[in-house]
Amino acid sequence: MARAATTTDAFNAVAELRRRQILDLLASGERPVGDLVRGLGMSQPLVSKHLRVLREVGAVEVRDEGRRRMYRLNARALKPIHDWVRGYERFWSERFDRMEAVLEDLKREEEGGGGGG
Amino acid sequence: MEVAGSGKATVTLPTLEQILITREFDAPRHLVYRAWTTPELVRRWWSGNRGEVTVAEIDLRVGGTWRYVMVKDDGFEAAFHGEYREIVPNERIVATEVYEGMPEAEALNTVTFAEADARTTLTMLVEHASKEARDAHIASGMETGMREAMDLLERVTNALR
Repeated sequence: MARAATTTDAFNAVAELRRRQILDLLASGERPVGDLVRGLGMSQPLVSKHLRVLREVGAVEVRDEGRRRMYRLNARALKPIHDWVRGYERFWSERFDRMEAVLEDLKREEEGGGGGG
Repeated sequence: MEVAGSGKATVTLPTLEQILITREFDAPRHLVYRAWTTPELVRRWWSGNRGEVTVAEIDLRVGGTWRYVMVKDDGFEAAFHGEYREIVPNERIVATEVYEGMPEAEALNTVTFAEADARTTLTMLVEHASKEARDAHIASGMETGMREAMDLLERVTNALR
């Protein structure tokens, strides 16, 4: 399936404010598209365009309920972003924990230099 | 919730090509600055728990270069280098950073040291400055912030835990 180059991953999908607002609305539960149109104060075609991008990366799923199209969040699709940031944060936490040990030594040295220790 | 004496690093994405890392230390900033800029001290912390720092070269002047190499426990070697652009002792360092495995992607790092009540908040803003990154950014029209995205992700991924 051909997809626009700019909307092929979760990072791109959530980089747009309106799409984040849609995800935010869906975070509280499944909603029909009409709710999203009202909640965002945008035209239905525009909301549908954003929903299409979110569906392409799997961030939202859709089902028909009678005549209504119901959208719901699939947070698992956004997990790569979450995991990447958390992994990066873990590495820097390790570094800073080690730096803290270095700082304790430096503080002791300074105190010792003052004749106290 | 804060744990005394052992702050946690926080990472946010203020914009799509920026990464902001923040950590508070129970130490005055001249010591944090020293730990950040002294080769034999950098050797003690820069690899975290993932290996050994085998090279830490620092020529701390504008136009001077730095180069760090880390060898991970599995033998994988990761080397980074860059050039100092701005230095305000004990306050601020601006330097480029290149991962030698991906030399075309240069980032600009701004590190600030802010002291209050004998504690120091270190922030590092990483800006991906490569033409590729910039072009990709412009092409995709992503002008909006990613911090809100992270807040959102925190909420929606709670469901996964």
